[in-house]
Amino acid sequence: MPFIELKNLVKIYDKHTDKAVNQLNLQIDQGDFVVLVGPSGCGKSTTLRMLAGLEEITDGAFYFQDQLYNHLSPQQRGFAMVFQNYALYPHLTVYENMAFSLRIRKEKKADLDRKVRQAADLLELSDLLTRYPSQLSGGQKQRVAIGSAIVRKPQLFLMDEPLSNLDAKLRDQMRMVIARLHKSLQTTVVYVTHDQVEAMTLGNKIVVMNQGKVQQVASPAWLYQNPANMFTASFIGSPAINFLEVEMVKRPSGYQLISGNALLHLSDQQGERLARRGFDRSSFILGVRPGAISTVPADSDADMRVKIVGRELLGGKMILYTENAKSRLTVLTPVNYDLVRGQEIGLCLDLVKALAFDPHSQENLFPSGPAQADQGRQDQ
Amino acid sequence: MKAWKKISPYFFVVPSLAIFVVFLFYPFFKTIYLSLYKTNNLGQAKLYVGLDNYREVLQSPSFHNSLKVTLIFVLIVVAVSMLMGLINALLCQKAFPGIRFFSTAYALPMSIASASAAMIFRLMLDPTVGIVNKLLGVNIAWIQDPKYALVSVALLTAWLNSGINFLYFSAGLTAIDESLYERASVDGANEWQKLFRITLPSLRPILFYTLVVNIILAFQSFGQVKILTSGGPGESTNLIVFSIYRNAFFNFRFGTAATESVILFFIIFLLTLLMFRSEKKTSIQR
Repeated sequence: MPFIELKNLVKIYDKHTDKAVNQLNLQIDQGDFVVLVGPSGCGKSTTLRMLAGLEEITDGAFYFQDQLYNHLSPQQRGFAMVFQNYALYPHLTVYENMAFSLRIRKEKKADLDRKVRQAADLLELSDLLTRYPSQLSGGQKQRVAIGSAIVRKPQLFLMDEPLSNLDAKLRDQMRMVIARLHKSLQTTVVYVTHDQVEAMTLGNKIVVMNQGKVQQVASPAWLYQNPANMFTASFIGSPAINFLEVEMVKRPSGYQLISGNALLHLSDQQGERLARRGFDRSSFILGVRPGAISTVPADSDADMRVKIVGRELLGGKMILYTENAKSRLTVLTPVNYDLVRGQEIGLCLDLVKALAFDPHSQENLFPSGPAQADQGRQDQ
Repeated sequence: MKAWKKISPYFFVVPSLAIFVVFLFYPFFKTIYLSLYKTNNLGQAKLYVGLDNYREVLQSPSFHNSLKVTLIFVLIVVAVSMLMGLINALLCQKAFPGIRFFSTAYALPMSIASASAAMIFRLMLDPTVGIVNKLLGVNIAWIQDPKYALVSVALLTAWLNSGINFLYFSAGLTAIDESLYERASVDGANEWQKLFRITLPSLRPILFYTLVVNIILAFQSFGQVKILTSGGPGESTNLIVFSIYRNAFFNFRFGTAATESVILFFIIFLLTLLMFRSEKKTSIQR
């Protein structure tokens, strides 16, 4: 049995608008670090707040260790939550902030003191215990908020975009702190973020959401390699994946893809797989990661010809924004100052890890990934 | 040129300073001056008596009574009006259908003149036709009985002052971050614990400010006393402010009235100073 089970969870704020959360199903095992990720308004925070008991569950069931938790108040659930704006009590010291939930539970003084100091040690807050929240920096406040949550040793941690108010450098540091904490405490965590980097680095189970619906639940690596649909494919990975509308034709030399002036060669494996589903007669969407594209001079033998419309230097690498009459492509390549805006270049696309999507349902046409294409054939 | 640059800013202060001087500083110092003299019926200082007026007032049983009555009055007014304002504000903290009606009703006393409120209360508290006695099923002469007169006037004043307190506290409550309550819920706090551990501590600065304003306001109550009881029956509602009025405009003893004014000023001044001192001390401890 799963530690936590969400069955057809629904949240409706207003009958006249769309469901904030729509038929969400999810299983969480003990010790999991689950990350709910998606663009703003996708229902991820609402889901978290339903778990916390801060929002009523409109429909569906929330089981915690096989008990129905739908109608328990936040007080009864005994979880701990870290809020985006830290939610520190401004009139209490760091020590008292961390001790708050224990005081509410009337813990013995000695136990309380030991637990608070232990948590403070873990988060390097021992020197700040007598300070007030207004005297702390953003990172320190966030550590206090996390410390206040862990003193109680809750069975479930809920974190609502805890790092989004921090600057980039601090965010990286705190990400490490949270990862380390999860390793040492072995507690189950449900973490909400809109930042896919945070999701990929922290979670062992990522739930991609969009418009109230779960798009995919998978491990970070699996999610990147085998996105279930175009939304997940474009949301995970930076810079975002390129989509090309292509038509497939079979030539004696193998399968070819045509998109405007571009002519691409697909492996037999991939081609046959698509052909079996009828895509040798209708067009589909090809997904190519920016890193799988390389640049060549315009006059050499290239898959397609494009014009550079923008360039972003990232240090060791750079992002090129290119387009031609039919399509736009983002390219991630080593820095080359010779490539400038307005220049015509050729692109070579490595299609070994390319993805294909149904243009109507937007589903991945290589459901178990291109690597397993052979297996797929044997199964039939 | 340089000197002009130094002097010119002061000209901008002159208009408001002039108003302060004419309507505040001049009467203030004139009052102190008068308190050292015996006056004629027109309020002109005639005979310098030094501190005789103070000696006389501080030894007079009537003034002792006024002090005592004022103290009780202020205690009742401040306690009741602050509690009323706080409770009403807490009731309106969360949105509910009809909240606009209730918050308007709770803030309304602010906009009622004390004199007109007193007129209405005189009718309501009337022993024979008043609605208060009818509703409570009793027969009490609220204003005419020395036992009840002070409490009646104090409660009316408390209600009048509760409007502004409601406003202060409502403003204070909206400043409290909603996520603090959410965190407290998840931390396991019930509604009472939230009230005593979050709401009230968060209101502390505003509570203090409201307390100071309320005490000053209560000391200066006049209109309702004048209309409801005129300091009576006997001297049971003869507050210091009313006693000043009576001495000045009925007995034409402007010197005595001025003396009482100065004493009242020092009482309020000392109280305010004391409160600020104690607030400073505790906020340094924080």
